[in-house]
Amino acid sequence: MLKFITAVLTSLATGSIYALMSTALVLVWRSTRVINFAQAGQAVFTTYIGYEVTIRSGSYWIGVAAAIISGALIGAVIDRFFMRPIFKRIKSGPIVMIAPVVATLGLLGIIQAIIGFIWGLTYQSIPAPVSTDGYQIFGSTIAFSPFNLMVLIAVTISMLLLTLLFQRTNIGLALRASAYSPEIAKLSGIKVDAIRTLGWALAGAAGGLAGMLFIPSSYLYPNAMDVLLVFGFIAAVIGGLDSLFGAVAGAMILGFAINFATSYISSKLVFPMAFIILILVLLIKPGGIFSSVKGRKD
Amino acid sequence: MSLIVENLTIDHGAIRAISNVSFTVPQGQLAAIIGANGAGKTTLLRTLSGLKDAKSGSATWGGKSILGKRAEDLARSGIMHVSDGKSVIAELSVKENLALAGLWRKDKKDVAKATSEVVELFPILGQRMSQTAGSLSGGERQMLAIGRSLIARPKLLLLDEPSLGLAPLIIEQIFQTIKELVKKMDLTVLLVEQNAMGALKIADEGIVLNLGSVVAVDSAQTLLNDPAVRAAYLGF
Repeated sequence: MLKFITAVLTSLATGSIYALMSTALVLVWRSTRVINFAQAGQAVFTTYIGYEVTIRSGSYWIGVAAAIISGALIGAVIDRFFMRPIFKRIKSGPIVMIAPVVATLGLLGIIQAIIGFIWGLTYQSIPAPVSTDGYQIFGSTIAFSPFNLMVLIAVTISMLLLTLLFQRTNIGLALRASAYSPEIAKLSGIKVDAIRTLGWALAGAAGGLAGMLFIPSSYLYPNAMDVLLVFGFIAAVIGGLDSLFGAVAGAMILGFAINFATSYISSKLVFPMAFIILILVLLIKPGGIFSSVKGRKD
Repeated sequence: MSLIVENLTIDHGAIRAISNVSFTVPQGQLAAIIGANGAGKTTLLRTLSGLKDAKSGSATWGGKSILGKRAEDLARSGIMHVSDGKSVIAELSVKENLALAGLWRKDKKDVAKATSEVVELFPILGQRMSQTAGSLSGGERQMLAIGRSLIARPKLLLLDEPSLGLAPLIIEQIFQTIKELVKKMDLTVLLVEQNAMGALKIADEGIVLNLGSVVAVDSAQTLLNDPAVRAAYLGF
């Protein structure tokens, strides 16, 4: 029983980190129709900024704020000065589908190289603001700590804020309209380019938060977020790629599958489980669980 | 303010879609561009609303060039384009679809006023406010698309095939509403239609387009009575 409860709790905690990454990917996909592989680089870069600020100010929370703000700024800059010119220059042909994605891959490499130059390739750590030792239940320690609880709460709050932004504000309506139909949004007078940049900024902020919540239980190095990018991507695909609710649900499904497989079967199942789930979803419902897209008929 | 198009040429990829087209729509008038499928009507409207670039020529509204401007800026300056295919966002509610054209407007009181005017004009929309636009019938979607454009208080309305895919009774109703709007709101309308008969009946002026070129410009009445036009474009 204790094992089961622990598995549920750790599933929620890891699932919520995946959710931030999948949300970031979905925010960009919805606005630009690009899978942003640079997200891992952006997130880890902003986490380095959060790390610097945490060390210098002595406050983890000021570090989190710095990571979120710089994440948003970097996301906006990448869209405005990198992605937008690319889209402007290539308007037709098969390259339209490929070039932006390849560009984000290139960007990932560039960002990680820059990080190497500035901070070196050694492992750093960000001290957690609360204990990372597991709670004691009936005299035994479980694999769920006050820090895991804090992560869960922080992600829940940020998801609620994001939902409010999307559903209850004018900006949110403009974001949704631009995602569903950029042309109708433009013809209605909405500055779709600016709204797209805002989508990238929100994604960047989510990535920064994900880094600051993930790294204290791991280490900080240039490739520290690569694994999360893969899991976030799988979660986003499970959720249908264009649904924010789907991104969170997909992340939770993934979190539960991985944690239950590792605690009940074998700890070596982290990656196999993630890809088993991905392949199952793609076989049964290729459009993702929460998408209206139908499977291929031919 | 009038819409003046002079020697406009537009390419669609490697194909010349519109070649050397000129016409004028004076303020407060309803002009209908008629012609068969593939005549270049939609391409012309998309260029006038900033969705597409022109090759050469000019187009002005109130003396100012509208070519090469962004679609959203033209919309904000009072040129609203209701594109074909029932241009509504299916995933959003009726209320949200209407709100889109008022999001950027400073005068929120007038946005509310315009919204209630649209509901008065199309009462069915009032009953469907919280439904998604995807659940509406074709006629209701067209009403919503036109209604949304009115929220921006347009001066020039570019309408692309409002009759497309609608039942005859609904078409009649939509056409009559467009005609009333021109009078009531001092609108200038450029209407593109395959339904030449219906369009010419409500229009002041008719422009006949064939394979990207203007083949006739005259008062709608004259075109309706012209045996050659009737035979070629009206089918009787």
